[in-house]
Amino acid sequence: MRLSILGIGKKISLLLYLVFMIFPLYWIVVTSLKPQDEIFSYPIKYWPVHLTFQNYVSIFKISKFHIYIANSLLIATLSALIVLAISLLGAYVLARFQFRGHKQVLISFFLTQMLPGFISLAPLYLLMSHLHLINTRVSLIVMYTVSLIPFSTIILRGFFQRIPVSLEEAATIDGCTRFSALWRIIIPVMLPGIGSTFIFAFIQNWNELFTAVMFVDDESLKTLPVAMNSFVMKFDIDWGAMSAGTVLSVFPTVFLFILAQKFIVQGLTQGAEKG
Amino acid sequence: MAFQDYKLFDLSNVRFVGFKNFEDVLKDPKFIGALVNSLYWVFFSLFFQFLLGLALALLLNKAFRGRGVLQGLLFYPWALSGFLIGLIWKWMFNSQIGVVNDLLMKAGIIDERIGFLSDPNWSMFSVIVANVWYGIAFFAIMLLAALQSVPSDLYEAAEMDGANKFTRFSNVTLPYIMPTVITTTLLRVIWIFNDPTIIYGLTNGGPAGSTHILSSFMLDKIINGGDYGSASAVGVIMIVILLLYTIFYLSATKSEKVGDF
Repeated sequence: MRLSILGIGKKISLLLYLVFMIFPLYWIVVTSLKPQDEIFSYPIKYWPVHLTFQNYVSIFKISKFHIYIANSLLIATLSALIVLAISLLGAYVLARFQFRGHKQVLISFFLTQMLPGFISLAPLYLLMSHLHLINTRVSLIVMYTVSLIPFSTIILRGFFQRIPVSLEEAATIDGCTRFSALWRIIIPVMLPGIGSTFIFAFIQNWNELFTAVMFVDDESLKTLPVAMNSFVMKFDIDWGAMSAGTVLSVFPTVFLFILAQKFIVQGLTQGAEKG
Repeated sequence: MAFQDYKLFDLSNVRFVGFKNFEDVLKDPKFIGALVNSLYWVFFSLFFQFLLGLALALLLNKAFRGRGVLQGLLFYPWALSGFLIGLIWKWMFNSQIGVVNDLLMKAGIIDERIGFLSDPNWSMFSVIVANVWYGIAFFAIMLLAALQSVPSDLYEAAEMDGANKFTRFSNVTLPYIMPTVITTTLLRVIWIFNDPTIIYGLTNGGPAGSTHILSSFMLDKIINGGDYGSASAVGVIMIVILLLYTIFYLSATKSEKVGDF
């Protein structure tokens, strides 16, 4: 009897958590589907009585929302791919070789996590303008790639350390070079880890605001967060369009995350077990 | 840069000014407020994020049907940007037609609307709630991963030795997940301390600077006025605080394994 009460208590607290966690998302979706007058009417309606997509239509009308989405997709994907390519090789070396300065490299990677990113924006702004990269997508791709490499490398190193060296040795004996052993044997085994690192990087890039605000102000180059930021200043009162924009910017990452979270937990478990 | 007069809109006039930026910043009453707020912000955010995250991880650390979907639904805030989280909560905390006030009044907890974001007595509380909501997922993910890596034979052995649920947790689980706990709390404190995006989206430091923490104060210096000299001075102060904290934390927990997730 006591056990079942405990079980019910657990279920209830899980349910409460669930409501607490999901309600904000639910609420922004509901708001985005309400007509203007219903959003501001009182008493508050907890579901849309007159379902409408007018907010979504209007956000594409009043802004170049499709272009922002395309920019964000392009920048986030490209940068995440480059991050993977570089971090994979770096993590492999850090996991498999001992060399002078090995520890210092790792420590410096951790130190980069301590600095508030935006403190270096001013010198980087100058650097980028000397390179004539201000107001280009390239500048953001470069910035995002550089800022994500340390963390991705640390995570991927954990995955590499989980894979027994013997696997590679066996491949070498069978005639693989070191690189083809890495490419054909190790990387397939690590796919869940690689996937979750990619999604992590993608989500970070997709969400980044301050660098993009600094480096890009051309309408046709803006990313989603930058666009949302200028919305806040322009249409502070138009919560219908605001929430439609929020829903559109939030859904790709939520979708990706729900898809990948199983692998992320799995991947971190593997990272955690290394000796 | 912390020692230079460095304004983005006056770049021809960049020059060395010694400790003047530090003096200016330290004399600014907003700075002291932001420093105190930072402590509240980090402490309460971390405390509740960790506690609720751990509880959630323990609840989810069992195989049952639909766990994958449930995890996704519970962890998703981690995929959102702080800025958008700020916007979402700003809408919910709205004092006129905000849903939080409405729910609390319906539940009979409050009698009149609270200006969650416009009342300086409540504003700090409100931004912390939003931050807790955001950060639970991080701890839940990391701790769940750690919990799942505890070998099950350890529990069996403990059970044979007559350990009950509680002693099993304190003597087996806790020591095993300790490295993760130390690393995640260390990292999280640094991130919470450094990250101004939720505050930027929610209140932008207002009303009247009552929700500025050091990082949003610094951001404010950059965005409104491009004063990189003062901003860098704040940044240097922040780094010093973080270094002291890290050294203290690591020696207090005697951990050499930080960095191993």
